[in-house]
Amino acid sequence: MTYIPTPSADQTRSFPSTLSLFSYLLAGIFFGVVLVKSEAASWYRIQEMFRFQSFHMYGLIGSAVLTGMLSTWLLRRLKARALTGQTIHVQSKDPGLPRYVFGGLIFGLGWGLAGVCPGPVFTLLGSGLWAMLIVLLFALLGTWLYGVFRDRLPH
Amino acid sequence: MTNLLTAPWPWYVAGPLIGLMVPLLLLLGNKTFGISANLRHACAILLPEAAKPGFFRYDWRKERWNLMFAAGLVLGGLLAGLVFANPEATHLSGRAVQSLRGLGVTLRPGLVPQELLDLRRPVVWLILSLSGVLVGFGTRYGGGCTSGHAITGLSTLQFPSLVATVSFFAGGILSANFLLPLLLK
Repeated sequence: MTYIPTPSADQTRSFPSTLSLFSYLLAGIFFGVVLVKSEAASWYRIQEMFRFQSFHMYGLIGSAVLTGMLSTWLLRRLKARALTGQTIHVQSKDPGLPRYVFGGLIFGLGWGLAGVCPGPVFTLLGSGLWAMLIVLLFALLGTWLYGVFRDRLPH
Repeated sequence: MTNLLTAPWPWYVAGPLIGLMVPLLLLLGNKTFGISANLRHACAILLPEAAKPGFFRYDWRKERWNLMFAAGLVLGGLLAGLVFANPEATHLSGRAVQSLRGLGVTLRPGLVPQELLDLRRPVVWLILSLSGVLVGFGTRYGGGCTSGHAITGLSTLQFPSLVATVSFFAGGILSANFLLPLLLK
């Protein structure tokens, strides 16, 4: 009896690549708007957050995490597939501990100064704050420096 | 009507929308929501071969989705932060406004105070550049920023992300309460 191969379950269906890339642009526009509207991109709000002077940012992050938890659990439960056809699979973070402690601390130090994490840097740039280009350029420098010293750092 | 378009959203509306970014990107193409990776991709694109450590040698073209996402962030900022900018100052708590005074910063409409955008002051260059280097270095060393760890990592119940998030806040509390006042005085 001849064996007729069936397509593998994870074979990616064609989701036109231009359309696909455009969908990420739209998602980015949406998130950029949310970053501004939520005031997560506000230096004022970040300072307020790091001084525990309001519930706003904690409510924001907390409800975001809860929503994220619930929705990803649902996706896994429903064994949902991406529009590209693959079964949704969440990537695990790399193992280690020192990297998360030191890297996290260093990022946090930067976050508390200019009140920006990477997302807001792009968003604020778009809103016309050209000074954010300084933050971005030095962030690229910092990223490069990490690449240079990576092998000598504990992970 | 304009008020509706320019007014900020309450946290219980915006928060869930942020959280929904995680499943949205998974559904669009099994992508992990995480913005700081774009800094790595930008380096991979811009660095000349001579100055390119192994960390930046990979096929960045596979991550074009994230670069498009970042481009979207810029456009979103244009839309919500400029076209429909909030004409009112942030509704900070009374204590927060007081702390600002201590830093020599006045609360005015806008997302970032004028005092931190005044490029005639050397200390502003110091704060912006230092913040940038720390954010760039720290996010790659730590393997993610708020979106990658605090939102995605915690949503997917990953312990490294909990460690990272706690560390973010430890760092932020230190710099906001001690380093920044030191620099601004």
